[in-house]
Amino acid sequence: MSIRITDTAFDVAAETAALSRGRTDIGAVVAFSGICRDSEDGERIASLTLEHYPGMAEAEIARHVEEAESRWPLLGVRVVHRVGRVEPGETIVLVAVASKHRRAAFAAAEFLMDYLKSRAPFWKMVEGTERKSWVDAQDKDDDAATRWRKISKRDAAE
Amino acid sequence: MKVLYFAWIRERVGKADEEIDPPASVRTIGDLVHWLGGRGEEYAYAFQNQKIVRAAIDRVHVRSEAKIAGAREIALFPPMTGG
Repeated sequence: MSIRITDTAFDVAAETAALSRGRTDIGAVVAFSGICRDSEDGERIASLTLEHYPGMAEAEIARHVEEAESRWPLLGVRVVHRVGRVEPGETIVLVAVASKHRRAAFAAAEFLMDYLKSRAPFWKMVEGTERKSWVDAQDKDDDAATRWRKISKRDAAE
Repeated sequence: MKVLYFAWIRERVGKADEEIDPPASVRTIGDLVHWLGGRGEEYAYAFQNQKIVRAAIDRVHVRSEAKIAGAREIALFPPMTGG
């Protein structure tokens, strides 16, 4: 597993390719990128600024990667998360998951993203054209994370 | 013990961290948030909605009923909005 928190832009393709480079046992890689948009509810976004809890952010992501590894037969996981100022068009987060087959890779990537949204200690502040404001947490993100608790590890492995 | 604040809670309190020495009657995270809220105007503003405050003890998420005895580092923050 590779977990990286960075304040500079990163290359999604290079990060994703690194997961399977030099390996022939991997049959599936699913990569999810979360990208900074230029508007929210019709309001223009000039930039986002991400704050995190150093130490805990890495540890919390690692705990969820370990849980994903216990639920699905994974062959590699790479998570990169930006902090600091991010402009529209830039990637905020990359979750890339490798497995032998696609289903485990798709499911684990979605599981990790659902937990990252509501359990990893990051906070977004959005800078509009006139004002700055902290992004409100969404109930739907909480619900997305909670639903995985209802799915047993055995179901998940199938 | 050391307490850390993040995002708008940090902005409202006006500092990122501080050493605190709460009285023995402050036993849980919920007690701590209530006690902090009584420390002045900026704290009252930061902790006016106690239900929304999330917490971690020694970098692990905890609920408001969690005991704070023995904690080295307590973090208080709004609901997370990463990813």
